[in-house]
Amino acid sequence: MGTAWSTQLGHEMDGGQMSGQELISLEEVAAGKRGVVRHLGGGPDFAARLAAMGLAVGTPVEVLQNRGHGPVLVLVRGTRIALGRGEALKIMVESLDDGR
Amino acid sequence: MDASRVRGPERSAATVVLALAGQPNVGKSTVFNLLTGLSQHVGNWPGKTVERKEGRLLRDGTQVRIVDLPGTYGLSAHSTEERIARDFLIRERPDVVMMIADASALERNLYLLAELLILPVPVVLGLNMMDVAHAQGLEIEPHVLEAALGLPVVPLVASKNQGVAELLAAAQALAREPASFRPNRPEIAEPHREVLVRVRALLAGRIPEPFTEDWLAVKLLEGDAEVTVHVRNWLPDEDWAAVHEVLRAHEDAVLDIASGRYEWIARMVRAAVTQPRLGRITLTDRLDRVAAHPWWGLLLLFAVFGAVFWLTFTLAAPLQQWLDTRVIERLQAVLATVLGEAPSWLVHLLADGVLGGAGLVATFVPVLAVFFAALAVLEDTGYLARAAFVMDRFMHGLGLHGKSFLPLFLGFGCNVPAVMGARVIGSRSGRLLTILLAPLVPCSARLVVLALIAAALFGERAALVSWAFIGLNLLVLALVGVVLNRTLFRGEQAAFIMELPLFHAPNLRSIAQFVWNNIWAFLRKAGTVILLVSVVIWALSNFPGPGIEHSYLARFGRSLAPFGEIMGLDWRMLEALLSSFIAKETAIATLGILYQAPGADEGFMEVMAASVSPASALAFLTVTMLFIPCVATVAVM
Repeated sequence: MGTAWSTQLGHEMDGGQMSGQELISLEEVAAGKRGVVRHLGGGPDFAARLAAMGLAVGTPVEVLQNRGHGPVLVLVRGTRIALGRGEALKIMVESLDDGR
Repeated sequence: MDASRVRGPERSAATVVLALAGQPNVGKSTVFNLLTGLSQHVGNWPGKTVERKEGRLLRDGTQVRIVDLPGTYGLSAHSTEERIARDFLIRERPDVVMMIADASALERNLYLLAELLILPVPVVLGLNMMDVAHAQGLEIEPHVLEAALGLPVVPLVASKNQGVAELLAAAQALAREPASFRPNRPEIAEPHREVLVRVRALLAGRIPEPFTEDWLAVKLLEGDAEVTVHVRNWLPDEDWAAVHEVLRAHEDAVLDIASGRYEWIARMVRAAVTQPRLGRITLTDRLDRVAAHPWWGLLLLFAVFGAVFWLTFTLAAPLQQWLDTRVIERLQAVLATVLGEAPSWLVHLLADGVLGGAGLVATFVPVLAVFFAALAVLEDTGYLARAAFVMDRFMHGLGLHGKSFLPLFLGFGCNVPAVMGARVIGSRSGRLLTILLAPLVPCSARLVVLALIAAALFGERAALVSWAFIGLNLLVLALVGVVLNRTLFRGEQAAFIMELPLFHAPNLRSIAQFVWNNIWAFLRKAGTVILLVSVVIWALSNFPGPGIEHSYLARFGRSLAPFGEIMGLDWRMLEALLSSFIAKETAIATLGILYQAPGADEGFMEVMAASVSPASALAFLTVTMLFIPCVATVAVM
């Protein structure tokens, strides 16, 4: 992560509880909250697809819309990506904000 | 297709082959249209239902062939488009690849570049939408990026035709001296570097041309399904076992490879890009508060939908009627005077068969032009992706997800691209279900028949009748979807992953091109198939005579009368239905010929209104709208 945008998140990571925090799935992250992707379940095909759209391990994500049902909308590297709830469940993130 | 074989020595020395690559929504087709103009050839990739566009141009005495690859985020095996793009690059080896990137989403776009650079083809990078990036506060220095990447980088604003000539010049210069191409290639992340070397060693000397060990080894580590099958077939069993063991021990390599590529990208852009401060609220953010909102978005979708139809029928329908009464009928009169000396059957053939049939169909060009323009604007601005997003919840009830909404929506234009577009659906059952449902979407040809008959028979209430039929179609589509989902297509949901592109002003040139391509296809159909059917119907309805009542067609029609009675249709309408299997618009041509007042100046609408009851018109419309897809749709299903 080298851009100013991600570095800024990086600083927050350094200052915050970077390690030892438990991972939660993207499906549980509320709108307006941010996190860093730490693991992708769902096999190589799924991981390759997400990577090509900008979402890989180490990528900061911001949840734009998550209403507990219906698709989740996330902002990744300046790109808005809609994810089904099943897909969001397979993306494990480290939360960058307190709580959920 | 000839293009699939042009390679190496067979390629004439004077012809340069350039491939155009890029992720979706980066303005690649705008660049392609600017480069090739009207010299483009649209076809399909061999054996695939994916559109293949190619164009030629002459520059500095060199023949340049430009092949537009499908828009793909990466080059993995998971979609047909990506397999087509990488197969072309590996097997055809274009002289240079021109990759178009969206400067406002540079890092994600460069992922495709990282994938391209492990293939043995020279690449020039076109940074498009520099204006959008600038408006977002992103400052990009192309020459700094060029120095970092070690390959030509050309800034573009394709929507204003800026930089496209320079991009072409850079590509041609590279094509002349391919040896000068020494880019900074991404390396695999540290933990897997040694593994890659081992896999490559195991492959050495055992793989056929034109594949390279480098690319295959990386793809094997990524778990690429297609490459895995290939390599297993090429290697002797014991060697494959060795490779397989290495791969099994590094199943997670795909995650590291992807992260490694983004680390490489971050290094490449570090000096060249200045990011804006956080917290900017963009136009897209503001519009998405409504367009992507679960309820407001849905309301907006209905409003947009209504507006498209309203626009189509208020703007274009009067124009169609004008063409019918003023142009076609006047031409018929002119024909009669000019050909006064000719045998009367010839005059009738031209006036009633050709003009009254195929000519009547051609008058619908304005209706289709407005409709396709509206569709293109919705797609080009980025709105359609929002429509798919808000429809996702409802599509789940049909066993589909939001992505299926796009091909189904396209079905309002024509069912053929709807069925073909269903390939974007990942799962087999979702794809099949989308294909089965697509013909239930009322296509523009059926809407044209609907508009015409509703106007002829229901006068004031034509709009109400039209809406009722569109509603009926959608209701049936929903019911069939729900039932099939509960019975035949249970389980298996595909992954829903979709980009919502930035909203931006539509590009007039792209829209004009889209409308032109569709209108041209329609006119070709009117001039060939529909013309032929019109002439055949005319001949069958005039011989042996006298009059339609004693024609072959009437005899045939009456033999089918028992079937017609079940539906309340007379033989003319029944034959219009039968002919509509060829193409939906043919129903109009057939009705136009069969309901012609002998010699009178009455238009066919009045004649039809006088001889068809509203009930039988409703029956006719029901059958047209719901039951018979046209032969072209059946062929692609």
